[in-house]
Amino acid sequence: MSATPSAALASQSRLPSSLAIFADIEARIDRIIARPGDPEASAQALLQLGEQVLERWLEARGEVPTGEQREGFRLLALHRQGARGEPSFNACRETCRELAYYYNLIKLEPAHPDREKRVGLAAMVAKHLALFVSGKMQVAGLGEFCCAAKPLRAGGK
Amino acid sequence: MSEKTKKQEYGTVGYYPGCALEGSANGYDVSTRAVAKKLGLGLKDVKNWNCCGAMEVKNVDPKLQTYLSARVLSNAVNLDHMNTVMAPCNGCYHNLKKAEYDLKHDAKSREVVDELSRKARHKTYEAGQVETIHALDWIKETIGEEGLKERTKGKLAGLKVANYYGCMYVRPRHIFPEKDQGPGSESTSKPHFMDDLLAAAGAENVEFPLKTACCGGAHTLSDSDTSTRLVLNILQAAEAAGADVIATECPTCHTGLEMHQVRAEKRFGKKTSVKIMYFTQLLGLALGIGPRRLGIHTNISDASDLIVDKRLT
Repeated sequence: MSATPSAALASQSRLPSSLAIFADIEARIDRIIARPGDPEASAQALLQLGEQVLERWLEARGEVPTGEQREGFRLLALHRQGARGEPSFNACRETCRELAYYYNLIKLEPAHPDREKRVGLAAMVAKHLALFVSGKMQVAGLGEFCCAAKPLRAGGK
Repeated sequence: MSEKTKKQEYGTVGYYPGCALEGSANGYDVSTRAVAKKLGLGLKDVKNWNCCGAMEVKNVDPKLQTYLSARVLSNAVNLDHMNTVMAPCNGCYHNLKKAEYDLKHDAKSREVVDELSRKARHKTYEAGQVETIHALDWIKETIGEEGLKERTKGKLAGLKVANYYGCMYVRPRHIFPEKDQGPGSESTSKPHFMDDLLAAAGAENVEFPLKTACCGGAHTLSDSDTSTRLVLNILQAAEAAGADVIATECPTCHTGLEMHQVRAEKRFGKKTSVKIMYFTQLLGLALGIGPRRLGIHTNISDASDLIVDKRLT
């Protein structure tokens, strides 16, 4: 399989910058959209990618991502942790809940005729989460998104 | 307020179009007025209204935004003698609700609003004098699904709709105390009023997972690429869900979806063909109002083929 533009971008970077990390996450989501494979495995992978997105947000804020669960999902516990002191982060609350909802649908209705379609929609929900959080991190000046800004942030070093 | 009284109260409402509906969202304004006329509902424009404070003022001074929204409510109650204000724009609706909440719960906000009202020489606004509602609440409460079914006779049959509410209609939850009150009330996690109204007019609502997801509206100038990618994902999700059209009820979202649909093709080579229309335009078509009277020709998204194909005129 040829690499997508975002995957190529991620592989070129030797440092795990925020840009490269999010590009990698998006590339992995795009691969699931292109070739869903086993629906339950894909749903599990999307849930984990969603968790990774929220972990990046928390780490960039200097917090240790929780290992706890909320309503049976670590994703929801991570979101709750990420929204503490940052009410605007609740703008992705329903996106997280939609991802958990689709995971349940895919897992609990294995014979449903729309199972593959549901994987596709779940992937788009996961992608939205990644885009939203990376956008918020850029606005908040968290992480390293722009190589041109790096010398400025590093104090000219 | 009882159900019967609520219907009577909403029969004629103070109308606060806000800045967007006088400009880029003119189609939302004309279609709201046309639908109101067809349904026999009264709209009385709030006299001498001003900007609600939107995002710009809020960023400079949140209390000033509270004052600007409070002034609109003060004019509605003191100049127009209305006790209900209907705001179709999500931003205006959100800000009026927020002002109401702040004035009810925060003494400092009351102090600032009283002081600025005194300086501007108009009566101050006191929490509870006016109820702010959205266009969705208004049609749902006055006409309802049964009323729309009778009037539209399933005119939108065969039209697949993805209902997109955006973020400001439901967030933050605490400023919308009437929502999440059980059956019949609107939900902040899975809003459904637009779904209900369009289904009553015969439309088929598709399962659309990004109903309240961010459209990137706030960053459309400062970080256009992120906004474009957020919108593209919404458009692609709507298409994957099988939608012919995305129904909107927020001018910021609507404009963002239209503009970034064009930009996504130019910037990223990603073409999507799902149409974008205000829910009032769709309801207007269902009620037999002509497309031009609904301002559909003023949308960037060209839905003329869809309207012909689905026999909506």
